[in-house]
Amino acid sequence: MMLGKETRGDFPILRRVINGKPLVYLDSAASSQKPRQVIEAISAYYEQSHANVHRSIHTLGEEATARLESARDSVREFIGASHREEIVFTRGTTDAINLVAQAVGRTFKPGDEVIVTEMEHHSNLIPWQMLCRDRGLTLKAVPLVGEGFLDTEAFERLLTLKTRLVALAHVSNVLGTINPVAQIVTRARARGVLTLVDGAQAVPHLPVNVSELGCDFYVFSGHKMLGPTGIGVLYGRREVLEPLEPAWGGGEMIKEVWIDRAQWNDLPWRFEPGTPPIAEAVGLAAAVEYLGKLGMERVAAHERELTRLTLDRLGALDGVTIYGPRNPEIKGAVVAFNVAGLHPHDAAALLDEEGIAVRAGHHCAMPLMRRLGIVGTLRASFSVYNSPDEVEFLADRVATLSSAL
Amino acid sequence: MGVLYSSIIRERYRHPRRYGEVSDPDAVFEDVNPLCGDRIRMTFSLTDGLVDDARFTGDSCAICAASADLLAELVTGRKLSEAENVATEDLLRLLEADIRPTRMKCVTLPLHVLKSALAQAGVRA
Repeated sequence: MMLGKETRGDFPILRRVINGKPLVYLDSAASSQKPRQVIEAISAYYEQSHANVHRSIHTLGEEATARLESARDSVREFIGASHREEIVFTRGTTDAINLVAQAVGRTFKPGDEVIVTEMEHHSNLIPWQMLCRDRGLTLKAVPLVGEGFLDTEAFERLLTLKTRLVALAHVSNVLGTINPVAQIVTRARARGVLTLVDGAQAVPHLPVNVSELGCDFYVFSGHKMLGPTGIGVLYGRREVLEPLEPAWGGGEMIKEVWIDRAQWNDLPWRFEPGTPPIAEAVGLAAAVEYLGKLGMERVAAHERELTRLTLDRLGALDGVTIYGPRNPEIKGAVVAFNVAGLHPHDAAALLDEEGIAVRAGHHCAMPLMRRLGIVGTLRASFSVYNSPDEVEFLADRVATLSSAL
Repeated sequence: MGVLYSSIIRERYRHPRRYGEVSDPDAVFEDVNPLCGDRIRMTFSLTDGLVDDARFTGDSCAICAASADLLAELVTGRKLSEAENVATEDLLRLLEADIRPTRMKCVTLPLHVLKSALAQAGVRA
Protein backbone atom coordinates (compact mmCIF):
# COMPACT_ATOMS: atom_id res chain seq x y z
CA MET A 1 0.00 0.00 0.00
CA MET A 2 1.13 3.55 -0.69
CA LEU A 3 2.83 4.88 2.41
CA GLY A 4 0.79 8.10 2.46
CA LYS A 5 -2.51 6.17 2.48
CA GLU A 6 -1.25 3.58 4.96
CA THR A 7 -0.15 6.10 7.57
CA ARG A 8 -2.67 8.90 7.13
CA GLY A 9 -5.21 7.47 9.56
CA ASP A 10 -2.60 7.53 12.33
CA PHE A 11 -2.47 11.33 12.27
CA PRO A 12 -5.61 12.78 13.89
CA ILE A 13 -4.85 16.38 12.89
CA LEU A 14 -5.00 15.49 9.20
CA ARG A 15 -8.78 15.16 9.54
CA ARG A 16 -9.03 18.89 10.14
CA VAL A 17 -10.91 21.11 7.72
CA ILE A 18 -9.21 24.47 7.00
CA ASN A 19 -11.26 27.29 5.47
CA GLY A 20 -13.86 24.73 4.45
CA LYS A 21 -11.29 22.51 2.68
CA PRO A 22 -9.53 19.32 3.78
CA LEU A 23 -6.13 20.13 5.26
CA VAL A 24 -3.23 19.52 2.87
CA TYR A 25 -0.24 19.76 5.18
CA LEU A 26 2.94 20.47 3.21
CA ASP A 27 5.01 22.10 5.95
CA SER A 28 6.67 19.15 7.64
CA ALA A 29 10.16 20.62 7.25
CA ALA A 30 9.07 23.31 9.71
CA SER A 31 7.36 20.82 11.99
CA SER A 32 5.82 17.45 11.29
CA GLN A 33 2.45 16.29 12.58
CA LYS A 34 2.24 13.57 15.24
CA PRO A 35 0.80 10.07 14.98
CA ARG A 36 -1.64 8.77 17.58
CA GLN A 37 1.10 6.42 18.80
CA VAL A 38 3.24 9.38 19.89
CA ILE A 39 0.37 11.35 21.40
CA GLU A 40 -0.83 8.30 23.33
CA ALA A 41 2.65 7.43 24.60
CA ILE A 42 2.96 10.93 26.07
CA SER A 43 -0.53 10.79 27.63
CA ALA A 44 0.11 7.32 29.05
CA TYR A 45 3.39 8.44 30.54
CA TYR A 46 1.73 11.38 32.30
CA GLU A 47 -1.23 9.30 33.40
CA GLN A 48 0.79 6.31 34.63
CA SER A 49 4.47 6.91 35.23
CA HIS A 50 5.45 10.53 35.72
CA ALA A 51 7.90 11.58 38.43
CA ASN A 52 11.31 13.22 38.37
CA VAL A 53 14.15 11.04 37.19
CA HIS A 54 17.45 9.63 38.46
CA ARG A 55 17.36 10.15 42.24
CA SER A 56 13.75 9.42 43.12
CA ILE A 57 13.76 6.35 45.36
CA HIS A 58 10.19 5.40 44.66
CA THR A 59 8.37 3.35 42.07
CA LEU A 60 7.27 6.18 39.81
CA GLY A 61 10.72 7.77 39.87
CA GLU A 62 12.21 4.46 38.84
CA GLU A 63 9.67 4.02 36.06
CA ALA A 64 10.24 7.52 34.72
CA THR A 65 14.01 7.00 34.80
CA ALA A 66 13.67 3.70 32.98
CA ARG A 67 11.50 5.32 30.30
CA LEU A 68 13.94 8.20 29.80
CA GLU A 69 16.97 5.95 29.57
CA SER A 70 15.21 3.49 27.32
CA ALA A 71 14.37 6.39 24.98
CA ARG A 72 18.09 7.09 24.85
CA ASP A 73 18.70 3.51 23.76
CA SER A 74 16.02 3.77 21.05
CA VAL A 75 17.61 6.92 19.65
CA ARG A 76 21.10 5.40 19.80
CA GLU A 77 19.98 2.44 17.77
CA PHE A 78 17.96 4.56 15.31
CA ILE A 79 20.95 6.68 14.28
CA GLY A 80 23.57 3.94 14.57
CA ALA A 81 25.58 5.42 17.43
CA SER A 82 27.97 3.00 19.13
CA HIS A 83 27.38 3.97 22.77
CA ARG A 84 24.44 5.26 24.79
CA GLU A 85 26.77 7.84 26.45
CA GLU A 86 26.93 9.52 23.05
CA ILE A 87 23.24 10.49 23.09
CA VAL A 88 22.55 13.76 24.92
CA PHE A 89 18.97 15.03 25.13
CA THR A 90 18.59 18.75 24.46
CA ARG A 91 15.65 21.08 23.89
CA GLY A 92 16.12 20.87 20.13
CA THR A 93 18.60 21.25 17.29
CA THR A 94 19.28 24.90 18.10
CA ASP A 95 19.94 24.07 21.75
CA ALA A 96 22.27 21.23 20.76
CA ILE A 97 24.33 23.47 18.45
CA ASN A 98 24.59 26.15 21.13
CA LEU A 99 25.68 23.46 23.60
CA VAL A 100 28.49 22.36 21.31
CA ALA A 101 29.51 25.96 20.57
CA GLN A 102 29.75 26.62 24.32
CA ALA A 103 31.49 23.41 25.32
CA VAL A 104 33.89 23.05 22.40
CA GLY A 105 34.29 26.79 21.90
CA ARG A 106 36.05 27.08 25.25
CA THR A 107 38.93 25.06 23.85
CA PHE A 108 39.42 27.41 20.86
CA LYS A 109 42.04 30.18 20.82
CA PRO A 110 41.86 33.65 19.26
CA GLY A 111 42.71 33.38 15.57
CA ASP A 112 41.26 29.88 15.27
CA GLU A 113 38.78 29.35 12.43
CA VAL A 114 35.30 27.89 12.12
CA ILE A 115 33.81 26.94 8.74
CA VAL A 116 30.07 26.98 7.96
CA THR A 117 28.30 27.04 4.60
CA GLU A 118 26.21 29.61 2.73
CA MET A 119 23.14 27.39 2.98
CA GLU A 120 22.98 27.08 6.78
CA HIS A 121 19.81 27.64 8.76
CA HIS A 122 20.36 30.54 11.19
CA SER A 123 20.51 27.95 13.99
CA ASN A 124 23.76 26.61 12.55
CA LEU A 125 25.17 30.07 11.84
CA ILE A 126 24.34 32.45 14.68
CA PRO A 127 25.82 30.30 17.51
CA TRP A 128 29.12 30.22 15.56
CA GLN A 129 28.94 33.95 14.82
CA MET A 130 28.49 34.62 18.54
CA LEU A 131 31.33 32.26 19.47
CA CYS A 132 33.66 33.83 16.91
CA ARG A 133 32.81 37.33 18.14
CA ASP A 134 33.31 36.41 21.80
CA ARG A 135 36.57 34.50 21.37
CA GLY A 136 38.21 36.37 18.50
CA LEU A 137 37.81 33.54 15.99
CA THR A 138 37.36 33.82 12.24
CA LEU A 139 34.18 32.54 10.59
CA LYS A 140 34.34 31.34 6.98
CA ALA A 141 31.56 30.06 4.73
CA VAL A 142 31.75 27.45 1.96
CA PRO A 143 30.15 29.05 -1.14
CA LEU A 144 27.56 27.35 -3.35
CA VAL A 145 27.79 26.41 -7.01
CA GLY A 146 25.27 25.40 -9.67
CA GLU A 147 21.79 24.58 -8.48
CA GLY A 148 22.86 24.93 -4.86
CA PHE A 149 25.67 22.48 -4.20
CA LEU A 150 28.58 23.04 -1.84
CA ASP A 151 31.74 24.11 -3.64
CA THR A 152 33.90 21.29 -2.28
CA GLU A 153 37.03 22.66 -3.97
CA ALA A 154 36.49 25.97 -2.20
CA PHE A 155 36.02 24.01 1.03
CA GLU A 156 39.46 22.46 0.57
CA ARG A 157 40.93 25.94 0.18
CA LEU A 158 39.14 27.22 3.30
CA LEU A 159 40.65 24.45 5.45
CA THR A 160 43.80 25.82 7.08
CA LEU A 161 46.05 24.89 9.98
CA LYS A 162 43.88 27.18 12.11
CA THR A 163 40.56 25.50 11.27
CA ARG A 164 39.06 23.92 14.39
CA LEU A 165 35.53 23.01 13.39
CA VAL A 166 33.30 22.60 10.33
CA ALA A 167 29.53 22.94 10.86
CA LEU A 168 27.19 22.06 8.01
CA ALA A 169 23.68 20.90 7.24
CA HIS A 170 23.16 17.31 6.16
CA VAL A 171 20.16 18.43 4.07
CA SER A 172 19.41 22.09 3.27
CA ASN A 173 16.04 23.23 4.66
CA VAL A 174 15.48 25.40 1.57
CA LEU A 175 17.30 23.91 -1.41
CA GLY A 176 16.90 20.34 -0.26
CA THR A 177 20.48 19.66 -1.27
CA ILE A 178 21.86 16.51 0.34
CA ASN A 179 25.41 17.52 1.16
CA PRO A 180 28.39 15.16 0.71
CA VAL A 181 28.75 14.95 4.48
CA ALA A 182 30.84 11.77 4.58
CA GLN A 183 33.35 13.24 2.13
CA ILE A 184 33.62 16.52 4.05
CA VAL A 185 33.93 14.72 7.39
CA THR A 186 36.73 12.56 6.01
CA ARG A 187 38.63 15.59 4.71
CA ALA A 188 38.15 17.48 7.98
CA ARG A 189 39.17 14.55 10.19
CA ALA A 190 42.30 14.02 8.18
CA ARG A 191 43.27 17.54 9.21
CA GLY A 192 42.25 17.08 12.86
CA VAL A 193 39.23 19.35 12.40
CA LEU A 194 36.01 18.71 14.36
CA THR A 195 32.74 18.31 12.46
CA LEU A 196 29.16 19.12 13.44
CA VAL A 197 26.37 17.97 11.14
CA ASP A 198 22.93 19.58 11.43
CA GLY A 199 20.64 16.64 10.70
CA ALA A 200 17.32 18.38 11.44
CA GLN A 201 16.18 17.87 7.82
CA ALA A 202 17.83 14.47 7.38
CA VAL A 203 16.94 12.19 10.31
CA PRO A 204 13.17 12.46 9.69
CA HIS A 205 13.56 11.57 6.01
CA LEU A 206 16.64 9.43 5.27
CA PRO A 207 18.44 6.48 6.82
CA VAL A 208 21.18 8.06 8.93
CA ASN A 209 24.10 6.23 10.50
CA VAL A 210 26.33 8.55 12.49
CA SER A 211 29.04 5.92 12.99
CA GLU A 212 29.37 5.46 9.24
CA LEU A 213 29.38 9.24 8.67
CA GLY A 214 32.19 9.50 11.22
CA CYS A 215 31.27 13.03 12.30
CA ASP A 216 32.09 14.27 15.79
CA PHE A 217 28.67 15.82 16.45
CA TYR A 218 25.29 15.21 14.86
CA VAL A 219 22.19 17.15 15.97
CA PHE A 220 18.47 16.95 15.26
CA SER A 221 15.01 17.78 16.63
CA GLY A 222 12.14 15.58 17.81
CA HIS A 223 9.32 17.71 16.44
CA LYS A 224 10.40 17.42 12.80
CA MET A 225 10.44 13.59 12.99
CA LEU A 226 6.87 12.93 14.18
CA GLY A 227 7.90 13.46 17.82
CA PRO A 228 7.05 16.20 20.30
CA THR A 229 8.38 19.75 20.51
CA GLY A 230 10.88 20.60 23.25
CA ILE A 231 13.33 17.77 22.69
CA GLY A 232 16.32 17.35 20.45
CA VAL A 233 19.37 15.15 20.32
CA LEU A 234 23.05 15.83 20.39
CA TYR A 235 25.10 12.86 19.28
CA GLY A 236 28.73 13.34 20.24
CA ARG A 237 31.51 10.85 19.56
CA ARG A 238 32.55 9.49 22.99
CA GLU A 239 36.23 10.31 22.62
CA VAL A 240 35.30 13.90 21.77
CA LEU A 241 32.67 14.36 24.50
CA GLU A 242 34.71 12.73 27.27
CA PRO A 243 37.31 15.47 27.84
CA LEU A 244 34.82 18.35 27.43
CA GLU A 245 33.69 20.56 30.27
CA PRO A 246 29.90 20.90 30.57
CA ALA A 247 28.25 23.73 28.68
CA TRP A 248 25.72 24.66 31.35
CA GLY A 249 25.64 24.05 35.09
CA GLY A 250 22.88 22.81 37.38
CA GLY A 251 21.48 19.73 39.01
CA GLU A 252 21.85 16.30 37.41
CA MET A 253 25.15 17.12 35.72
CA ILE A 254 27.34 16.72 38.82
CA LYS A 255 28.67 13.86 40.97
CA GLU A 256 29.73 15.74 44.05
CA VAL A 257 29.42 19.41 44.97
CA TRP A 258 31.16 21.69 47.44
CA ILE A 259 30.48 25.40 47.85
CA ASP A 260 33.46 26.37 45.72
CA ARG A 261 33.74 23.46 43.29
CA ALA A 262 32.06 20.39 41.81
CA GLN A 263 32.93 17.12 40.18
CA TRP A 264 31.19 16.56 36.86
CA ASN A 265 28.89 13.66 36.18
CA ASP A 266 29.58 10.93 33.62
CA LEU A 267 28.41 11.07 30.02
CA PRO A 268 25.79 11.80 28.88
CA TRP A 269 24.30 13.40 32.01
CA ARG A 270 27.18 15.89 32.29
CA PHE A 271 25.53 17.75 29.42
CA GLU A 272 21.96 17.49 30.73
CA PRO A 273 21.58 19.95 33.63
CA GLY A 274 18.18 20.27 35.28
CA THR A 275 15.14 18.06 34.86
CA PRO A 276 15.27 16.63 31.35
CA PRO A 277 12.33 16.58 28.90
CA ILE A 278 11.08 13.20 30.15
CA ALA A 279 7.65 13.03 28.52
CA GLU A 280 9.17 14.41 25.34
CA ALA A 281 11.80 11.65 25.38
CA VAL A 282 9.02 9.07 25.76
CA GLY A 283 7.23 10.68 22.79
CA LEU A 284 10.43 10.75 20.77
CA ALA A 285 10.99 7.04 21.45
CA ALA A 286 7.47 6.37 20.15
CA ALA A 287 8.25 8.40 17.02
CA VAL A 288 11.48 6.48 16.49
CA GLU A 289 9.59 3.22 16.87
CA TYR A 290 6.96 4.41 14.37
CA LEU A 291 9.55 5.42 11.77
CA GLY A 292 11.54 2.26 12.45
CA LYS A 293 8.51 0.10 11.70
CA LEU A 294 7.91 1.90 8.41
CA GLY A 295 11.60 1.62 7.58
CA MET A 296 13.63 4.69 6.67
CA GLU A 297 14.53 3.31 3.22
CA ARG A 298 10.83 3.12 2.45
CA VAL A 299 10.18 6.59 3.93
CA ALA A 300 12.98 8.04 1.81
CA ALA A 301 11.72 6.35 -1.36
CA HIS A 302 8.16 7.56 -0.74
CA GLU A 303 9.23 11.15 -0.16
CA ARG A 304 11.58 11.06 -3.14
CA GLU A 305 8.61 10.20 -5.38
CA LEU A 306 6.59 13.09 -3.93
CA THR A 307 9.55 15.41 -4.51
CA ARG A 308 9.94 14.11 -8.07
CA LEU A 309 6.24 14.71 -8.80
CA THR A 310 6.40 18.20 -7.30
CA LEU A 311 9.44 19.12 -9.38
CA ASP A 312 7.71 17.79 -12.52
CA ARG A 313 4.34 19.43 -11.93
CA LEU A 314 5.53 22.81 -10.62
CA GLY A 315 8.39 22.86 -13.12
CA ALA A 316 5.88 22.61 -15.96
CA LEU A 317 3.99 25.74 -14.85
CA ASP A 318 4.63 29.13 -16.47
CA GLY A 319 6.01 31.73 -14.09
CA VAL A 320 7.10 29.25 -11.44
CA THR A 321 10.77 29.34 -10.42
CA ILE A 322 12.17 26.37 -8.49
CA TYR A 323 15.24 26.71 -6.28
CA GLY A 324 17.74 23.97 -5.49
CA PRO A 325 18.68 20.73 -7.26
CA ARG A 326 16.19 19.44 -9.86
CA ASN A 327 17.24 15.83 -9.41
CA PRO A 328 15.11 14.21 -6.67
CA GLU A 329 17.74 11.48 -6.21
CA ILE A 330 20.06 13.99 -4.57
CA LYS A 331 17.44 16.09 -2.83
CA GLY A 332 15.60 15.99 0.49
CA ALA A 333 11.83 16.22 0.80
CA VAL A 334 11.57 19.99 0.23
CA VAL A 335 10.82 22.06 -2.85
CA ALA A 336 11.28 25.85 -2.66
CA PHE A 337 9.65 27.91 -5.38
CA ASN A 338 8.22 31.30 -6.32
CA VAL A 339 5.38 32.44 -8.53
CA ALA A 340 6.21 35.39 -10.80
CA GLY A 341 4.67 38.67 -9.63
CA LEU A 342 3.54 37.30 -6.29
CA HIS A 343 5.13 37.86 -2.91
CA PRO A 344 5.51 34.44 -1.21
CA HIS A 345 3.36 35.59 1.71
CA ASP A 346 0.49 36.50 -0.59
CA ALA A 347 0.82 33.19 -2.41
CA ALA A 348 0.87 31.26 0.88
CA ALA A 349 -2.20 33.13 2.14
CA LEU A 350 -4.07 32.30 -1.09
CA LEU A 351 -3.07 28.63 -0.82
CA ASP A 352 -4.23 28.58 2.80
CA GLU A 353 -7.67 29.58 1.54
CA GLU A 354 -7.61 26.21 -0.25
CA GLY A 355 -6.57 24.35 2.89
CA ILE A 356 -2.95 24.03 1.74
CA ALA A 357 -0.29 24.71 4.38
CA VAL A 358 3.07 25.69 2.87
CA ARG A 359 5.87 27.76 4.35
CA ALA A 360 6.63 31.21 2.99
CA GLY A 361 9.49 33.54 3.78
CA HIS A 362 13.23 33.36 4.25
CA HIS A 363 13.14 30.01 6.09
CA CYS A 364 15.72 31.25 8.62
CA ALA A 365 18.33 31.32 5.86
CA MET A 366 18.79 35.03 5.08
CA PRO A 367 22.34 34.73 3.71
CA LEU A 368 21.07 32.11 1.26
CA MET A 369 18.12 34.34 0.24
CA ARG A 370 20.51 37.23 -0.32
CA ARG A 371 22.69 35.00 -2.47
CA LEU A 372 19.65 33.93 -4.51
CA GLY A 373 18.64 37.61 -4.77
CA ILE A 374 15.15 37.08 -3.37
CA VAL A 375 13.27 38.07 -0.21
CA GLY A 376 11.85 34.62 0.28
CA THR A 377 10.22 31.61 -1.30
CA LEU A 378 7.30 29.31 -0.92
CA ARG A 379 8.30 25.87 0.31
CA ALA A 380 6.40 22.60 0.08
CA SER A 381 7.84 19.83 2.23
CA PHE A 382 6.76 16.25 2.79
CA SER A 383 6.49 13.52 5.34
CA VAL A 384 5.27 9.95 5.57
CA TYR A 385 1.57 10.98 5.52
CA ASN A 386 1.58 12.92 2.25
CA SER A 387 0.28 11.51 -1.01
CA PRO A 388 0.62 12.26 -4.74
CA ASP A 389 -2.99 13.56 -4.74
CA GLU A 390 -1.89 16.36 -2.46
CA VAL A 391 0.97 17.29 -4.76
CA GLU A 392 -1.44 17.32 -7.73
CA PHE A 393 -3.82 19.56 -5.78
CA LEU A 394 -0.98 21.91 -4.85
CA ALA A 395 0.16 22.18 -8.46
CA ASP A 396 -3.41 22.80 -9.67
CA ARG A 397 -3.87 25.63 -7.19
CA VAL A 398 -0.43 27.14 -7.84
CA ALA A 399 -1.36 27.25 -11.53
CA THR A 400 -4.24 29.62 -10.73
CA LEU A 401 -2.26 31.86 -8.38
CA SER A 402 -0.85 34.41 -10.79
CA SER A 403 -4.38 35.44 -11.81
CA ALA A 404 -5.68 35.36 -8.24
CA LEU A 405 -4.37 38.75 -7.19
CA MET B 1 -9.68 32.10 -4.11
CA GLY B 2 -8.57 35.16 -2.25
CA VAL B 3 -11.33 36.33 0.10
CA LEU B 4 -8.52 37.73 2.25
CA TYR B 5 -7.73 40.15 -0.51
CA SER B 6 -10.37 42.82 -1.02
CA SER B 7 -10.87 44.34 -4.46
CA ILE B 8 -9.26 47.47 -3.04
CA ILE B 9 -6.07 45.55 -2.22
CA ARG B 10 -5.99 43.86 -5.63
CA GLU B 11 -6.58 47.12 -7.47
CA ARG B 12 -3.99 49.09 -5.50
CA TYR B 13 -1.42 46.29 -5.78
CA ARG B 14 -1.80 45.96 -9.54
CA HIS B 15 -2.29 49.66 -10.27
CA PRO B 16 -0.89 51.83 -7.49
CA ARG B 17 -1.67 55.53 -7.79
CA ARG B 18 1.10 56.96 -5.64
CA TYR B 19 4.03 54.80 -6.73
CA GLY B 20 7.30 56.67 -7.31
CA GLU B 21 9.58 59.26 -5.76
CA VAL B 22 8.92 62.90 -4.91
CA SER B 23 11.68 64.98 -6.49
CA ASP B 24 13.78 66.92 -4.00
CA PRO B 25 11.87 65.50 -1.01
CA ASP B 26 11.63 67.22 2.39
CA ALA B 27 11.20 63.95 4.24
CA VAL B 28 12.44 60.47 3.34
CA PHE B 29 12.43 57.15 5.18
CA GLU B 30 12.86 53.51 4.27
CA ASP B 31 12.42 50.42 6.40
CA VAL B 32 12.04 46.67 6.17
CA ASN B 33 9.94 44.09 7.93
CA PRO B 34 12.56 41.49 8.86
CA LEU B 35 9.88 38.82 9.14
CA CYS B 36 8.89 38.76 5.47
CA GLY B 37 11.40 41.06 3.79
CA ASP B 38 8.83 43.73 2.87
CA ARG B 39 10.69 46.96 2.05
CA ILE B 40 8.96 50.34 1.78
CA ARG B 41 10.46 53.74 1.00
CA MET B 42 8.36 56.90 1.22
CA THR B 43 9.23 60.43 0.10
CA PHE B 44 7.31 63.59 0.95
CA SER B 45 7.26 67.19 -0.13
CA LEU B 46 6.12 69.48 2.68
CA THR B 47 5.07 73.16 2.46
CA ASP B 48 3.68 75.46 5.12
CA GLY B 49 2.55 72.70 7.44
CA LEU B 50 0.95 70.68 4.63
CA VAL B 51 1.89 67.46 2.88
CA ASP B 52 2.08 68.56 -0.76
CA ASP B 53 2.96 65.22 -2.20
CA ALA B 54 3.65 61.70 -0.92
CA ARG B 55 5.02 58.77 -2.93
CA PHE B 56 6.20 55.26 -2.17
CA THR B 57 8.43 52.63 -3.72
CA GLY B 58 9.32 49.21 -2.45
CA ASP B 59 9.30 45.53 -2.78
CA SER B 60 6.52 44.02 -0.76
CA CYS B 61 3.45 41.85 -0.57
CA ALA B 62 0.09 43.06 -1.86
CA ILE B 63 -1.24 44.10 1.54
CA CYS B 64 1.82 46.21 2.31
CA ALA B 65 1.85 47.82 -1.14
CA ALA B 66 -1.86 48.63 -0.97
CA SER B 67 -1.41 50.03 2.52
CA ALA B 68 1.45 52.27 1.35
CA ASP B 69 -0.51 53.46 -1.69
CA LEU B 70 -3.62 54.28 0.35
CA LEU B 71 -1.55 56.00 3.03
CA ALA B 72 0.31 58.17 0.53
CA GLU B 73 -3.00 59.18 -1.01
CA LEU B 74 -4.60 59.76 2.39
CA VAL B 75 -1.97 62.19 3.66
CA THR B 76 -1.51 64.19 0.47
CA GLY B 77 -3.04 67.64 0.92
CA ARG B 78 -3.45 67.09 4.66
CA LYS B 79 -2.00 69.10 7.53
CA LEU B 80 1.16 67.60 9.02
CA SER B 81 -0.64 67.19 12.34
CA GLU B 82 -3.27 65.08 10.60
CA ALA B 83 -0.67 63.05 8.70
CA GLU B 84 1.17 62.31 11.93
CA ASN B 85 -2.01 61.08 13.57
CA VAL B 86 -3.14 58.59 10.96
CA ALA B 87 -3.89 55.37 12.84
CA THR B 88 -3.76 51.71 11.86
CA GLU B 89 -7.56 51.64 12.08
CA ASP B 90 -7.79 54.30 9.36
CA LEU B 91 -5.80 52.08 7.01
CA LEU B 92 -7.74 48.95 7.95
CA ARG B 93 -10.96 50.77 7.10
CA LEU B 94 -9.60 51.78 3.70
CA LEU B 95 -8.24 48.29 2.93
CA GLU B 96 -11.70 46.75 3.46
CA ALA B 97 -10.15 43.37 4.20
CA ASP B 98 -10.03 40.87 7.01
CA ILE B 99 -6.37 41.25 7.96
CA ARG B 100 -5.06 38.42 10.11
CA PRO B 101 -2.76 39.13 13.08
CA THR B 102 0.24 37.61 11.24
CA ARG B 103 -0.21 40.11 8.40
CA MET B 104 -0.84 43.21 10.53
CA LYS B 105 2.83 44.22 10.19
CA CYS B 106 2.26 44.42 6.44
CA VAL B 107 -0.38 47.11 7.08
CA THR B 108 1.62 49.04 9.64
CA LEU B 109 5.05 49.14 7.95
CA PRO B 110 4.12 52.12 5.69
CA LEU B 111 2.65 53.93 8.70
CA HIS B 112 5.89 53.41 10.59
CA VAL B 113 7.83 54.70 7.59
CA LEU B 114 5.60 57.81 7.36
CA LYS B 115 5.98 58.64 11.05
CA SER B 116 9.73 58.04 11.01
CA ALA B 117 10.11 60.26 7.93
CA LEU B 118 8.20 63.13 9.52
CA ALA B 119 10.00 62.73 12.85
CA GLN B 120 13.38 62.70 11.12
CA ALA B 121 12.50 65.81 9.12
CA GLY B 122 12.00 67.54 12.45
CA VAL B 123 8.34 68.11 11.89
CA ARG B 124 6.28 68.72 15.01
CA ALA B 125 2.54 68.80 14.97
